[in-house]
Amino acid sequence: MMFKHAKLLLLVGLGLSLLASLGAGRVNPYVLFVLYDIGINIILAVSLNLINGYTGQFSLGHAGFMAVGAYTAAVITNQFGNLNPAASGALFFGALLAGGLLAAVAGLLVGLPTLRLKGDYLAIVTLGFGEIIRVIFQNLDRVGGARGYSVMHGSTDLFWTFGLAAVTVYVVTSLVHSTYGRGFIAVRDDEVAAEAMGINTTKYKVTAFVVGAFFAGIAGGLYAHSKQFITPGGFNFMESIAIVVMVVLGGMGNTPGVILAAILLTILPEVLRPVAEYRMVLYSLLLIVLMLTRPQGLFVWRRKIPDAPP
Amino acid sequence: MTALAEDSLLQAEAVTIRFGGLTAVSNLDLHVQSHELVGLIGPNGAGKTTVFNLITGVYQPAEGEILFDGRSVVGSKPYRITARGIARTFQNIRLFSSLTVFDNVRTVFHLHLQGDVRHALWRGRAFLDEERSIAGRVMELLEIFHLEKFRDAPAKSLSYGDQRRLEIVRALAAQPKLLLLDEPAAGMNTSEKTDLMRLIQFIKDRFKISVLLVEHDMQVVMGICERIVVLDYGVKIAEGKPDEVRRDPKVIQAYLGD
Repeated sequence: MMFKHAKLLLLVGLGLSLLASLGAGRVNPYVLFVLYDIGINIILAVSLNLINGYTGQFSLGHAGFMAVGAYTAAVITNQFGNLNPAASGALFFGALLAGGLLAAVAGLLVGLPTLRLKGDYLAIVTLGFGEIIRVIFQNLDRVGGARGYSVMHGSTDLFWTFGLAAVTVYVVTSLVHSTYGRGFIAVRDDEVAAEAMGINTTKYKVTAFVVGAFFAGIAGGLYAHSKQFITPGGFNFMESIAIVVMVVLGGMGNTPGVILAAILLTILPEVLRPVAEYRMVLYSLLLIVLMLTRPQGLFVWRRKIPDAPP
Repeated sequence: MTALAEDSLLQAEAVTIRFGGLTAVSNLDLHVQSHELVGLIGPNGAGKTTVFNLITGVYQPAEGEILFDGRSVVGSKPYRITARGIARTFQNIRLFSSLTVFDNVRTVFHLHLQGDVRHALWRGRAFLDEERSIAGRVMELLEIFHLEKFRDAPAKSLSYGDQRRLEIVRALAAQPKLLLLDEPAAGMNTSEKTDLMRLIQFIKDRFKISVLLVEHDMQVVMGICERIVVLDYGVKIAEGKPDEVRRDPKVIQAYLGD
């Protein structure tokens, strides 16, 4: 697939997000917040899919990158009082960008020394990194420590959430659907062969980490300005696992599937609210059943392989 | 050895590598001229694949020098050496198994890309034109090797022989000056071997490249190589034309024992 109309699709995505945000006043706030969560989870899952799915580097530190973005963006916007809509939009965008960039720097710092590790070892190191980030924020009194940090501006809306989700999908898909980007999958399939075929495997892995972390940081900023209150505990290891589950359930390296899984796994706990205390039990059971019946991912359809001619 | 001309494409001089106490390759001189087909043979564990790994930068020699096109490759990373014009296949097939046949070859074309990652993100006309031209060149290569009908099939779904051929096509996509083939005849029957010999000869003539062939199979090696280097326990024990090597008592001893 050449992915020819990518830019057109991106514009359509941005336009729809804008339209949706104009009509947001008529939507019940609870639904609105679930929609924000969906958009944020799409960004998180699709960006993690670049690292875990396409490049095959099993990372468990995505919540850590998200935390960097969340706190950075929140600290920036909290410096300002009430602004007119245009200024507050520009401020929000700048804060999200700053959060993303700082998270990308964190991705680079984790990526460079750890990418000689493979599989389980890399998973453990990224897990440790995520926890370190969390503990750092827990001990930073400047941002409230373990008590959490209030975010003054509830700037997150449907336009930002889904517009940036569209940008994330565009960037990840564009990267992968190019001759350059096939290198990510080559690294996943066989690192030795990739290196022998002229692919700078370290550079590809670091790129995946940096781009993935950048968007996790953006998602963190959106999250902070949607909840308006963040605690280090919100970015713990379980949050990273939840994102990994979306990627695995959607199918590693299958962006449409990962988007669907992010939507499904955000809605599912909400739908299960009536069963109260059994909610997470049912949620876990559903995951187990899904993994047993669709281990390749819920939304992966294998194309039939053409038969070899006789 | 004075014939070791300046214009050798590949020139390894006194190369030694040790793994712990084991000297896997000892004091090896090896040269490959432009447009030459050289065979590297020897019993199991003689160090043939190690030589490949030294040339391609997977291992670094403890002593000695390896020159390619007049410049050293020692200390270079494998991907840089590939970019300079040495491509290889593997003894145990190492394709990008989940990628399609087309994408396996296409991936290698990133070596010849004009644009970089920004092109891929912007997806402007320059990007689309380049992708189209790459697709054309990939299909051209696949057609030469009669793999075009599998273009959209995952590489792992191909038959063993086709996978071997695809690996060679993928290596050729790097537009190498020197192609290293590591036991391409492994696991092939007699008629497949005959095809393979024809194929290697064809590649050498059509793409005007040098080939260094590691092979166990005497039929293949004797059939196509212009010059043969025999290794045993990491030491070169003979070198010459196929007929000379075949009669060399040291070679017979290495292969058949006393």
